[in-house]
Amino acid sequence: MPDFADIWYVLFLRDYNTRLVVICTILLGCACGLMGGFLLLRKRSLMGDMLSHATLPGVGLAFMLAVSLGGNGKSLPILLMGAAFSGVLGCWAVLCIRNHTRIKDDAAMGIVLSVFFGAGVAVLGLIQTMPEGSAAGLESFIYGKTASMVASDFQILVIVTISVLICSLLLFKEFRLLCFDEAFAAALGWPVKFLDLLLLALVTAVTVAGLQAVGLILIIAFLITPAAAARFWTNQLDRMLLLSALIGGASGWLGASLSAFFPRLPAGALIVLVAAVCFVISMLIGTERGVLVRYLHQVQLKGRIGRQHLLRALYEILEGGRSQGELALRPVPFRQIRGRRTWSDAHLRDYIRRAYNEGLVEAPTKDDSIQLTVAGLAEAAHLTRNHRLWELYLIEYADVATSRVDRDADMVEHVLGEKMVAQLESKLQTYRSAGSLVPESPHPIIPGD
Amino acid sequence: MTWYAIDTWIVVVGALAATASALLGNFLVLRKMSMMGDAISHAVLPGLAIAFLVTEARASLTMFIGAAIVGVLTAVFTQWISRFGKVDEGASMGIVFTSLFALGLLLIVQAADHVDLDPGCVLYGAIELTPLDVVWRPKLFGFDLEVPRAALVLGGVTLLNLTFIIGFFKELRITSFDAELATTMGIHSNWMHYLLMTLVAVTSVAAFEAVGSIIVIAMLIVPAATAHLLTDRLWVMLLLSAVFAVASALLGHLSALVVPSWFGFADTSTSGMMAVAAGLLFLLTMLGAPRYGVLAKYFRKAESVGV
Repeated sequence: MPDFADIWYVLFLRDYNTRLVVICTILLGCACGLMGGFLLLRKRSLMGDMLSHATLPGVGLAFMLAVSLGGNGKSLPILLMGAAFSGVLGCWAVLCIRNHTRIKDDAAMGIVLSVFFGAGVAVLGLIQTMPEGSAAGLESFIYGKTASMVASDFQILVIVTISVLICSLLLFKEFRLLCFDEAFAAALGWPVKFLDLLLLALVTAVTVAGLQAVGLILIIAFLITPAAAARFWTNQLDRMLLLSALIGGASGWLGASLSAFFPRLPAGALIVLVAAVCFVISMLIGTERGVLVRYLHQVQLKGRIGRQHLLRALYEILEGGRSQGELALRPVPFRQIRGRRTWSDAHLRDYIRRAYNEGLVEAPTKDDSIQLTVAGLAEAAHLTRNHRLWELYLIEYADVATSRVDRDADMVEHVLGEKMVAQLESKLQTYRSAGSLVPESPHPIIPGD
Repeated sequence: MTWYAIDTWIVVVGALAATASALLGNFLVLRKMSMMGDAISHAVLPGLAIAFLVTEARASLTMFIGAAIVGVLTAVFTQWISRFGKVDEGASMGIVFTSLFALGLLLIVQAADHVDLDPGCVLYGAIELTPLDVVWRPKLFGFDLEVPRAALVLGGVTLLNLTFIIGFFKELRITSFDAELATTMGIHSNWMHYLLMTLVAVTSVAAFEAVGSIIVIAMLIVPAATAHLLTDRLWVMLLLSAVFAVASALLGHLSALVVPSWFGFADTSTSGMMAVAAGLLFLLTMLGAPRYGVLAKYFRKAESVGV
């Protein structure tokens, strides 16, 4: 087991052997995380998957071309050019299919992936029969090896990642609109199709540069997982992209450092798993869309609604269909409340306990009945009034109802304005009880018993 | 070019694999889950590794079962992540299959140091070799047939898928087009989804083993998408996709034998060319489809501008 000093040594890049690999994967993780953010919002996360398969025919053809021209078929720049060419061609084909037919993004990517990969397999089949050179090594081109990166890989990676970073920062505004409202961008007269292709070309550049350095599966994961993890923490694009790049870089750093301690384990696989762990953690505790946060919201909402229903039920029972005078406080049996709502006994008791803790009701009596406190009556009257005004508003003016209103939480005055409230109240004037601010319900209330 | 009995069997096996995949593919395309085949082809690795660790042998059946179970799990995890985390389905699929693949790699490295165990040589068969594995020699109409194992397996899978689709046609149709309506009608759309995904996993793994992965990945998507451009009726789409699947298999093998000779080569991979043939059929349909084709749209536009 490595001791603490060793871990320190590797994590902070003091170790010459691992320094290059760790820096490469961090850079690649950042660039992929950034591009992955755009892809995720365009619902095209599997683009990396498509691209890494679509490069195969380009690699094969570049090899054949180089060999038939008498060159060295295995020279890296030539193979990369071929890969990039067929990658961009693949992106263009996806966009064509999507823009000109009824086929959706996912199927378009699938078609291009499988057909290009099939073509690549066929081209490799041809190369096998060539006398000039075997295809050995070409297939493994797409499966790269993280731990054996050399300085030339490093140069290519640095150049590509930095240019991708600069490009996407310069075009941030354009890409943002493309992600959120493509139609609006088109209406503004922006070259949407060109921007779309440019975005994908940047993704292609990252994919091709990373593919031979770290392998197919890691590139695919890098383009998806950090972005999906970042999405749980924020709703703002710039923060999400930053976070996604950070998560990508951090998983590259941790994963590559881990593989320095366990040399038998493939670095790519470790990095993928570190990123997956980041994703699972983010999915559980992410502050914006995490599972836990949404669950708590739901519980809170349920409690709030239950409290309101309880108070309103009590008020309406006290009201008893009358619309005159002050309401007298008296105990209400549970049985009567349950008649008004389909609550289980446990739920009802839970809501009553909460209301008691807030000082809205007196402690329940032995014979299972409950009485509002003075403060509780005021709150109940307030809630009931609000509810009835909303009800009336929806009945009378439902066609202009504002859609983003939380009708339980927002006071009717805060949303609709004084004029509208006055109008609503005057509508109810004939029914309005003297001295009470609560208008009568616009529909008959079934007395629960 | 000379055509042997072996070539006929290659086409038959290819056509069966293609039809079995294409039939299910219709529903994947309609549900926007087209990349499932590709995801499963990567994700089955830990299944293979665990099956190997448990039995300590490269037995075909245990490997198949392990792969099929992980294939189903891929679909289940994808569904969970996209439902509970509200993540786009493509992204959750990608996260699941890359993680599973990475896990598989670690398991293999840990466990099978001295054994050559990678999906390329364990699970993924080659269609050119299928006719050599003859398991049944019936005499039909005076011909001595030599039925390869792959043809029987894939024939069985095709029948299974066909029975499933005919048996649950109504449920599949409603859940694919309007899952909420299906729920209100009392159809358990979740169960339909898992049933479909189980069949996709079983079909994929069976076909990987027999003919290799690329045919499955291509045939789950391309014929169904081609058919989708030609019709709005689900049963016509199913029928057309099967026709395209068979046509791609035949054209693919023919072109694998013929096309390379134009450039002075002997021949090339049949499975690759089947995918390419399917792609060409898609391209032709995309251009020439009567209603949803690019040319038809172009002429309609030109006409309306002219008026």
